[in-house]
Amino acid sequence: MTTLEVRGLSINYLTDDGVALNAVEGLTFSLEQGRSLGLVGESGCGKTTVMLSLMRLLPEAGRIVNGQVFFEGRDLLQISEGEMQAVRWKDVSMVFQGAMNALNPVRTVESQIIEAMQLHNVVNSKQDARKRAGGLLELVGITANRGKQYPHQFSGGMRQRAVIAMALACNPRILVADEPTTALDVMIQAQIIELLEELQRELNLSLVLVTHDLGVVAEMCDDVLVMYGGTVAEYASSDTIFNNPGHPYTQRLLKAFPDIAEPGSDLASIPGNPPRLDSLPPGCRFEPRCHVGNGEPICLEALPPLVEIEPGHYVACHLVKGK
Amino acid sequence: MEKIPILRIEDLYKQFPVTRKFIDRIKRSPKQVVHAVDGVSFTVAQGEILALVGESGSGKTTVGMNVLGLQVPTKGRILFDGHDVSDWATGRLRSGKNGDGLGRLSRRKQILSLRRRAQMVFQDPYESLNPRQTIWEIVVEPLEIHNLGLRANEKEARVRAALEDCGLAPADHFWSRYPDELSGGQRQRVVVAGALVLEPELLVADEPVSMLDVSIRADILTLLQSLRKARDITIIYTTHDLATAGYFTDRMAVMYLGRVVELGPTVEVLKEPRHPYTQALVSVAPVPNPRKRRQRVILQGEVPNPIDIPSGCRFHPRCPIATDECKKTDPPYVEISAEHEAACLKI
Amino acid sequence: MESQNRIWTTFRKKPMALVGMGMLAVALIMALFAPLLAPYDPNERVDVVPSDILAPPGEGHLLGRDDAGKDVLSSLIYGARVSLIVGFVSSFFSMFIGTTVGLTAGYYGGRVSNALMRFTDFLMVIPDLPLMLVIISVWGRGLWKIILVISILYWTYTARLVRSQVLSIKERQFVLRARALGASNYRIIVRHILPQVMPLIIAQAVLDISSSIIAESTLSFLGLGDPTLISWGMMLNFAFERAISRKAWWFLLPPGIAIVWVSLAIILIGNALEEIVNPRLKTHHLFNPRNMISLMLAKPLLVESESPPEVTP
Ligand SMILES: Nc1ncnc2c1ncn2[C@@H]1O[C@H](COP(=O)(O)OP(=O)(O)OP(=O)(O)O)[C@@H](O)[C@H]1O
Ligand SMILES: Nc1ncnc2c1ncn2[C@@H]1O[C@H](COP(=O)(O)OP(=O)(O)OP(=O)(O)O)[C@@H](O)[C@H]1O
Ligand code: SF4
Ligand SMILES: [Mg+2]
Ligand SMILES: [Mg+2]
Repeated sequence: MTTLEVRGLSINYLTDDGVALNAVEGLTFSLEQGRSLGLVGESGCGKTTVMLSLMRLLPEAGRIVNGQVFFEGRDLLQISEGEMQAVRWKDVSMVFQGAMNALNPVRTVESQIIEAMQLHNVVNSKQDARKRAGGLLELVGITANRGKQYPHQFSGGMRQRAVIAMALACNPRILVADEPTTALDVMIQAQIIELLEELQRELNLSLVLVTHDLGVVAEMCDDVLVMYGGTVAEYASSDTIFNNPGHPYTQRLLKAFPDIAEPGSDLASIPGNPPRLDSLPPGCRFEPRCHVGNGEPICLEALPPLVEIEPGHYVACHLVKGK
Repeated sequence: MEKIPILRIEDLYKQFPVTRKFIDRIKRSPKQVVHAVDGVSFTVAQGEILALVGESGSGKTTVGMNVLGLQVPTKGRILFDGHDVSDWATGRLRSGKNGDGLGRLSRRKQILSLRRRAQMVFQDPYESLNPRQTIWEIVVEPLEIHNLGLRANEKEARVRAALEDCGLAPADHFWSRYPDELSGGQRQRVVVAGALVLEPELLVADEPVSMLDVSIRADILTLLQSLRKARDITIIYTTHDLATAGYFTDRMAVMYLGRVVELGPTVEVLKEPRHPYTQALVSVAPVPNPRKRRQRVILQGEVPNPIDIPSGCRFHPRCPIATDECKKTDPPYVEISAEHEAACLKI
Repeated sequence: MESQNRIWTTFRKKPMALVGMGMLAVALIMALFAPLLAPYDPNERVDVVPSDILAPPGEGHLLGRDDAGKDVLSSLIYGARVSLIVGFVSSFFSMFIGTTVGLTAGYYGGRVSNALMRFTDFLMVIPDLPLMLVIISVWGRGLWKIILVISILYWTYTARLVRSQVLSIKERQFVLRARALGASNYRIIVRHILPQVMPLIIAQAVLDISSSIIAESTLSFLGLGDPTLISWGMMLNFAFERAISRKAWWFLLPPGIAIVWVSLAIILIGNALEEIVNPRLKTHHLFNPRNMISLMLAKPLLVESESPPEVTP
């Protein structure tokens, strides 16, 4: 069953001078219950923006200018804020980028989890809340009595676990995790990946994993959406993306990523820089850096549409033809 | 390649005092120290790239700082081109050694001669450039400090060559800018260029790419690799990312809690890790291909606090194959092949 | 160049700073062109008839006359000179002392730092005014003595400020990088540390100008000013002694207002400068996660807008 479906989502940021910056354009994907989707792309390509708009938590300057976000058939962009409040955290929950460093330093971890539950009326009594908070901490691998400690007494990995516990406080159907492993050490990163996989299995969660680390995506995700400059470059199953990539950007990105299983192999960086939002190229946003389409008239002219080149494999490139 | 050792680290120890809280002083609780580096020895050959990998807090940066004489070792010696680095860095070399007359130079000249030959690239490209200097000022500063007697046009040529070698071409395009007008990758190139204008023989690159985007990482790494080819420079590359190390280094030293637990040719260490810690690290490094997913060996918990190093083998509390003996005996290095050794009792 | 631009744009967005600059400009012009602007020379001897003493404002004497029959407006204009000279010069000196002490203590640390900071603390805790009074009464009165007294008592705050900044800046990676390049301590301080603290020092120095002016006025008011020069504080002193009883407000108010005027001008400028010095971090990234968490948690924040977000087809 499709839990989440996003169609043609476009988001602008308004600058102080009133200019609209097109941060996300025509984003489309869907997510089945119990499956996991990886959203990858370079820094600044709009990953966080997309996730925040799903939750309708864009900052003030952000505007959803187009598109639909269906959660179990209901368009989240059309319901009232009050109704959204009921969806947020209970149905769709999020681990924010950098949230592990944003826990309130003067309150115990447990009390912060309890606060989340109380605000969403999922517990009746203080005792009940304590018990559940303890249970959640155990679920993410922290002994319950450590909940009485303050965030600074936790290591980075434990803080990240606590934030995940918080996101799970209301038994969400979908968990959006924005860069949950970035800035953590390899071993801790592996622990968090393992934890997310376990939670997903046990709770039948749908997971959206936002990251710039291709390795992490390959480890955990069923499907992958590659973003470039606010647009979808390629969207397919994980196996297709990593073994049969269609889009030139995906191909280059994979070549630029070192593979520990093949030490000593060659790496090739992608020349140039990602586009700036205030000077987006008129045609395909990857054209200036593209080894296939650089200078091609059609690539210079029009934003390529997202085309299904084979079942379940979507590519947005003028020069990639379907089979 | 003929191997001339240019750097030799002999049993290096570096400890930092733990600042005590007032209450601890009143209670007269004993002074504690952080054992940041706890007995490290290895050599690096001329023109070699050595990877120093390990988790956060394993002591990689501390080794790098000591190698450059920016910190004074608590115990042990570091010899760079045959001279003791900590004497050299404070201008206290005595003459006679090696016959190169270094010891007869004044203190300041000794210090400068070391700085000229060994340079460092720091981890954070957003922090390691003075925000109030232009790119030109940043890259020309080493030449000014070392007062090499260059004429204005020679200086310009050196700066231009350094910037363009680092992929910032045309150089005039960049040098009047300020760091905050550059992207992270470009800044890191400026940092590398600033270290290269002096044409050093040894470069310590401390996690030069960990703050950068994936697509840019390859760039900087390729740059380092090409420098080695072009200038026969020796590089110590520290990182916690095994995959990037696997791409371009010759040998790899894996550090755990201030000690090198495994040292060997990079490809061999990654393909056939022998120490249980290396095995675990290799197994959890994400592979960018779902068909190559591996059985992960996840170590529970975290690296212990370097204030109390565990007895016996420092890795035993987290080691999946530890036995009682491991709690008692500090394992010696076991030679696995000519150049490959690991410190584990179970090999 | 780039930072000058920034200063200018920030100033433009701060009307209060512009007002402050305007107000200060008035005082500066008064001080610079005093001989041209003042209708009379206050140092000239005048022959007075009794009715001239404390004569109210009127023909020829816009602000009336003082207890010696001299023109108040002219004294006021000439008084700007003393106030501004004392303000600028002592703030410059205290900036210089404070910066030197702060840099040395912060950069070298250790015993030197401890000793210097103990001394600074010592100066900070003794009340300024009584100390100044004591020094001046022992030392004698005079413009330069006042300037010196103010400077040697007012550098402490700058020193503390600079030291704390230097302590954190010297740990930053670009300083470490300079060290790794072989830069001398002098170079590191002058090229890498000072430029980072300079804006703060200047903002502090500007605020010091107003404290110095007030300090000078206080000393003069208490009768310890330079007897050979007219200053606003001294005018206040005379007015208090001789004019209040005769309700000669025209003698009392102008110097008081002038002091407030200049201090206010400088505080307005100083506040704007502080904002330039501590610009809010340019946020490249979407949000402050802590805000987002509280957004998520705090229902009331979100329930306010009941309408769905703007979706234009
Ligand atoms: N409030 C804002 N106003 C204007 N532009 C913004 C705002 N927030 C983000 N942007 C821009 O929108 C683009 C997308 O930003 P976003 O944070 O979504 O990227 P990201 O993919 O999450 O990057 P990262 O991997 O660094 O987290 C960036 O170019 C960013 O500069
Ligand atoms: N100046 C210092 N004073 C006190 N302790 C220090 C100092 N420098 C490093 N340490 C400690 O020494 C240990 C090793 O630090 P080091 O920075 O060398 O590790 P690292 O391997 O570079 O880690 P990272 O990956 O986080 O950079 C850490 O526990 C650290 O806290
Ligand atoms: S010596 Fe023992 S504890 Fe240490 S790594 Fe080997 S098996 Fe593990
Ligand atoms: Mg993001
Ligand atoms: Mg380090």
